[in-house]
Amino acid sequence: METTEERSADALVKIRDLRFSRGSRVIFDGVSLDIPRGRVTAIMGPSGTGKTTLLRLIGGQLRPQSGTIEVDGQQVPRLRHRALYELRKRMGMLFQSGALLTDLSVFDNVAFPLREHSRLSEPMVRDLVLMKLQAVGLRGARDMMPSELSGGMARRVALARAIALDPMMIMYDEPFTGLDPISKGAAVQLIRLLNDALGLSSIIVSHDVQETAAISDYIYVISDGKVIGHGTPGALGRSNSEWVQQFMKGLPDGPVPFHYPAPEYLDDLLAGT
Amino acid sequence: MLNVVQRLGRSGLGFLERFGRAFLFLLQTLSGLPNLLPRPGLVIAQVYSTGVLSLLIIVVSGLFVGMVLGLQGYNTLVKFNAEESLGVVVALSLVRELGPVISALLFAGRAGSALTAEIGLMKATEQLSGMEMMAVDPVKRIIAPRFLGGVISLPLLAAIFSMVGVFGGYFVGVSLLGVDSGAFWSQMQAKVGFHEDIVNGVIKSVVFAVVVTWIAVYEGYDAAPTSEGVSRATTRTVVYASLAVLALDFVLTALMFREG
Repeated sequence: METTEERSADALVKIRDLRFSRGSRVIFDGVSLDIPRGRVTAIMGPSGTGKTTLLRLIGGQLRPQSGTIEVDGQQVPRLRHRALYELRKRMGMLFQSGALLTDLSVFDNVAFPLREHSRLSEPMVRDLVLMKLQAVGLRGARDMMPSELSGGMARRVALARAIALDPMMIMYDEPFTGLDPISKGAAVQLIRLLNDALGLSSIIVSHDVQETAAISDYIYVISDGKVIGHGTPGALGRSNSEWVQQFMKGLPDGPVPFHYPAPEYLDDLLAGT
Repeated sequence: MLNVVQRLGRSGLGFLERFGRAFLFLLQTLSGLPNLLPRPGLVIAQVYSTGVLSLLIIVVSGLFVGMVLGLQGYNTLVKFNAEESLGVVVALSLVRELGPVISALLFAGRAGSALTAEIGLMKATEQLSGMEMMAVDPVKRIIAPRFLGGVISLPLLAAIFSMVGVFGGYFVGVSLLGVDSGAFWSQMQAKVGFHEDIVNGVIKSVVFAVVVTWIAVYEGYDAAPTSEGVSRATTRTVVYASLAVLALDFVLTALMFREG
């Protein structure tokens, strides 16, 4: 069993005492976590807890009010434009929508980062694109346009594009949401396989407990701007925290109440008479 | 009363803040232009979509505007036995005013709204965010070529508008109303100055091109990433761009065509 110190020493991403708010709404209030190298780490929590915001903070698209975010030894919020873009070349991100460029074919979408950042010849680009598409099982769909793809296919193309530059890490934003069971199974398998085969470090942000727990090495559970539990999937399943149990088992009522805060039911009904 | 002043102050500050952001965005866009030198294809594609695809509306409008000028000009000039000057009236009206202004208004409606909608939708579907995470600066890759494409297209469209308009005026004045063809062309050649009229007209259309395209790309980039946000941004592009063109036209005319 790994200790916290060992995890921290080997961390690719280190977040310490992160505070971030939008207007008066506090999204993160003192979050600290480590994303180790070579592992699949999940960040879970109910919708609206700022999981996607956390990925944007790691990617430098947002800046925190305080706290540190270190990626591969570099303080992301302090990086200047050029250095941040250099770091991003080594980070892949898979958006929930896929975020494919709609005026480019599948082939050109995957070739996009290669053409933008390298001076490879077209035959070389072609070979690399076909290899990436083969890895996600969509070599045969190279000539299709994004509008012709199903949700699952679009995300696989986006995954091929995310690994085009052979990044050190990939961030997955809700990779299983809205997928049919077959596509979901393919996505689960792909994330684990790619992580191990390419020696990546993966961060999955999700609220799909079963799929995420099946492939994650470590899970952080976030709610109300704080980390309320973390551990291996097995350890979290045995957690004493009522909150963690409610989330992991998908119980409708518990520390997170079924009813949104409201005045007394009877008072509310009588107020209209 | 105090509330009204407060609201006025707030909206004034809001406008200034937005204008400041738009100005910084323009500087950022301009700094991305040198990156386009090795990739002319990106700009040519935008000249095609903003310029070539606007040709039909420009040519048809130019023709009718020229025909109306021919008709109205003839009706007035004939009262003074000066119908031979019809060519000058038509050409000056088009080159100095109507060519640049109407082309810019049509361009704002046809190409400006399309630019805003395209960029706004790219934002709403996370394509711009996706590019940022691929370490590709969307201002340099998406905005700069569209801006340059618009700035190249509009002056060319304005020139085409004026040219077609002159032929429209010729058709009505000479072919239908019997003005002497030689007088129509020779008076035009004698009275339309290259520097004073044509160059000033071109300067106007370049200024309009910069302003309209700037408004269009900024509104798209600044749009709220929802369908309602994109729709509002598209409307704002057409309204702001049209008002800016008309106001700037007055300022430029006052600066350019002072007699004495």
